[in-house]
Amino acid sequence: MHRLQWEEVQQKDVILYPEGMVELNQSSAEILKLCDGIRNLDQIVTDLEEKFSTTDLKNDITSFLDVALNNGWIQQD
Amino acid sequence: MAGSNKTNITPPRWLLAELTYKCPLQCPYCSNPLDYAKHSDEISTEDWKRVLSEARKMGAVQLGFSGGEPLTRRDLSELVNHARELGYYSNLITSGYGLTEERIIELKEAGLDHIQVSIQASSKDLNDHLAGTESFTHKKEVARLVKKHGYPMVLCVVIHRENIHQMSEILAMAEELGADYLELANTQYYGWAHANRDLLLPTREQFETAEQIAQDFKKKVEGKMKIYYVVPDFYEDRPKACMNGWGTTFLTIAPDGVALPCHSARELPGLDCPNVNEYSISEIWHESKAFNFFRGNDWMQEPCKSCDEKDKDFGGCRCQAYLLTGDMYKTDPVCSKSPDKQVVQDAIDAAKNSAMSADEKPLIFRNSNNSKAF
Repeated sequence: MHRLQWEEVQQKDVILYPEGMVELNQSSAEILKLCDGIRNLDQIVTDLEEKFSTTDLKNDITSFLDVALNNGWIQQD
Repeated sequence: MAGSNKTNITPPRWLLAELTYKCPLQCPYCSNPLDYAKHSDEISTEDWKRVLSEARKMGAVQLGFSGGEPLTRRDLSELVNHARELGYYSNLITSGYGLTEERIIELKEAGLDHIQVSIQASSKDLNDHLAGTESFTHKKEVARLVKKHGYPMVLCVVIHRENIHQMSEILAMAEELGADYLELANTQYYGWAHANRDLLLPTREQFETAEQIAQDFKKKVEGKMKIYYVVPDFYEDRPKACMNGWGTTFLTIAPDGVALPCHSARELPGLDCPNVNEYSISEIWHESKAFNFFRGNDWMQEPCKSCDEKDKDFGGCRCQAYLLTGDMYKTDPVCSKSPDKQVVQDAIDAAKNSAMSADEKPLIFRNSNNSKAF
């Protein structure tokens, strides 16, 4: 129902859905791209902490995923 | 030209492709121009493909295939396929009339993202009366087929005095059909709706009752169904931020290739709206008189000019200012700061008087015969 895609003109990732569009900042886009139905939360956190050479991302990621879930951008099994 | 400041032109994001004015339905609130029968030319498949390509290159990403009834174009799947290849998120805005399961599958394979089906009322008699065509049973079947084939299902119901008493039943119908999105569009009074306003505009009490029912329902279905409620601006204190600002976001292409800053802009005098047969989309968007006419704030009069909310609502709707006051530069008269606010109250009163009168004139249905009379 929602489609995530890169928009060249805007230089941004966006989520497209009926009658709407959300422009994502880089960190939101990085999180959503890892929501592939295979990785679980811990793996997403580990992958991103590795990618950005940092720690303590779990709270930020969890709160963003709540937003994403409430907006229907991702689904929970 | 009213606004000529071209320094801050944002790229188009939404493209409304009105493929045709042909429609098997005759809804008396249709937003097409009253004299649509005069504009019967339709641009070719190749022209549409070029329009889609050029607008996409500029940044347009949300695409609506509309009309009239877009299903009457035989090249619809070809255009959908082209749009998908370009990366549009495409929507078919349809009455559902004539939509078969075979075509739903064909459009899905071509890459259509979602289908918005309109239903006129929650009962067969009223739906078929308003549509001017027996279509209720088929529309409900189409809504089910849209779901069955995995599209997000957007149900659209235009609300007005003839059906506003059915609000509870309309919501129950949306639930029964499994709508993912429900658009409750209070009629906006342009085109045919303007001509029929005395018969369509509900009273404030009717609006408030219906809105309360809709708001309660919205809470009940939160997380399951998303509701878009198009507000009845005649009963608001501030105007809508029409088109998100003139020439900032929306681009409409009419069936004959005329490019419009909003789908009602054909009603405005002196814009000289450009045609895609003569100009590229980039020239139209950046250079044309029509798209620069109300860009920015330079065109504004008082009270908009010195208003601290002008960047929020952009002075409201130019077409509404023109239709209600005869002057398209004026503040949208639904605004309580407008010196013309009384015309809105007069319209409300006229509609109420019409509803109470014993010999109410009949609705003017949207069809070619009636269109030729305008």
